[in-house]
Amino acid sequence: MAGVLVILEQRDGVLKKVSYEVVTAARSLADRLGTGVDAIAIGPMALDATGATRFGADEVVILADDHARLYQPHLYVRAVLERAKTKDYGIVLLSATALGKDLGPRLAARLGCPLAADVTDVGADDGIVVSRPVYAGKAVCRLKVVAPRCVISIRPNSVTPVEQSRTATLQHAVLGLDSEGPVARTASMKAPAEAKLDVAEASIVVSGGRGLKEPANFKLLEDLAQALGPAAVGASRAVVDAGWRVHGDQVGQTGKTVSPSLYFAIGISGAIQHLAGMRTAKVIVAINKDKDAPIFKVADYGIVGDLFEIVPRLTEEIKKVRAGA
Amino acid sequence: MKIAVCIKRVPDTETRIKIAADGRSIDESGVKFVLNPYDEYAVEEALRRKEAAGSGEVVVIALGPDAAQETIRTALAMGADRGVLLQADARVLDPSVIARALVAELRDGGYDLVLFGKLAIDDYHHAVGPMVAELLRLPCVSAAARLELGDGKATAEREVEGGVEVVEFPLPAVLTADKGLNEPRYPALKGIMAAKKKPLEVKPVTLEAGGLEVLELALPPERKPGRILGEGPGAVPALIRALRTEAKVL
Repeated sequence: MAGVLVILEQRDGVLKKVSYEVVTAARSLADRLGTGVDAIAIGPMALDATGATRFGADEVVILADDHARLYQPHLYVRAVLERAKTKDYGIVLLSATALGKDLGPRLAARLGCPLAADVTDVGADDGIVVSRPVYAGKAVCRLKVVAPRCVISIRPNSVTPVEQSRTATLQHAVLGLDSEGPVARTASMKAPAEAKLDVAEASIVVSGGRGLKEPANFKLLEDLAQALGPAAVGASRAVVDAGWRVHGDQVGQTGKTVSPSLYFAIGISGAIQHLAGMRTAKVIVAINKDKDAPIFKVADYGIVGDLFEIVPRLTEEIKKVRAGA
Repeated sequence: MKIAVCIKRVPDTETRIKIAADGRSIDESGVKFVLNPYDEYAVEEALRRKEAAGSGEVVVIALGPDAAQETIRTALAMGADRGVLLQADARVLDPSVIARALVAELRDGGYDLVLFGKLAIDDYHHAVGPMVAELLRLPCVSAAARLELGDGKATAEREVEGGVEVVEFPLPAVLTADKGLNEPRYPALKGIMAAKKKPLEVKPVTLEAGGLEVLELALPPERKPGRILGEGPGAVPALIRALRTEAKVL
């Protein structure tokens, strides 16, 4: 049986949590298919990819070069194509992060195979079957792979990483640097003054909408997020369009689709486009002054009332819980 | 500057999705279709680049049913010069099939820039642009929120988790547009009138079957009905209790 190849993702030489999610998914697929899991880690010389072996990879190939400190699409494409020449892989798995959303389609195009993008579930019963939200989560499509090979990207937070000890090999190899034609190169990465957790990757998201009344009031949500920590602050389309928050924070059909374990919708009425982006959260809490707001229809827990009174109290209580825990 | 913009006809974001009787597609009755919102940024960017260059051509290409002519007319009304409809009625859920069909049209077009929206809000693939780029062996930046064009060289910025990547690339190239790239214009009445007379070529295409077969399209599982814990800050302790002991997420 053809193997499973995982593309690991790093930042500053450290594997990201999404890498463990993907290795976990790969292990469970490989066990059902009776095959192995190989992983490729590309990054700077200081790259530490040993973590991947703890989550079920059989072999981890480390391609470390300081030219690969940042994501360089052509280096990744080349590394995977070369690897795929030496060994038969039926499934190439990666995370549907900014990197994976760019790399997945490139790999599928060059490997001449289909791409199942941003899936929330992948199984192997009678062939490979994936589920992927479409129409921004207003519907879910189940697809069967009817090709000998497939690239699959998995939505962050849809798999819980599971550690499992096994004997794995780590192997260092040389990253080929030349390209076969003109390419796009990532020259630099502008990081915000304060490191910020992305709403798509965070396991707790605190989102605000027009009910916050003005941009400065998002401080209330930032305080709550900090008390909950680590948590990201998200926003509805209305406040992004008004310029209160950046587009990267937007949750919804023309923003990000998120699946955190805990989602707070604060001062958000719950337009259909917003609900589409967060309905796969495990637990939803809504705080809104309008008891008839549509957000209460999807929320697990709701509090009706003035968010300016409720949120500071909530932050205080969470701080107490965190201090006691 | 010759620019191609690949666009798609999609259900409006307000649409409530209903599943068709076949269980594999949506019920399109009563659904309003629009130009994919991210494609609006791509069309706008193309128009601005052509205007800045002082000459050139903006060609919009759509793959879809005959009704997608309307979507092309929207882009023509914004100011694009001509349109091409690759007419296919089949809905294919494998983005590589779409990419290959577009490549056949784009390959000998002599385009300096091929633009896409970063994703279509129906299929949510975020894939066709980078696929086309790889198949044409062109440099590609996906989800670009900023673009600067120099002499044969360009710089784009894309938002990633925890920062913004600054990407340099030569032309010709493929770029997919994110929100923030620009503020798309509304078609003016004059543009809408002019669009009716602009050339729109319809080319029937036959799509391959693709490597993904739709088993089922379903509405997402209903969430279990939740409950209102109370009114005002007095309800906060009840919420904390529920999150800790019932949902076990704190």
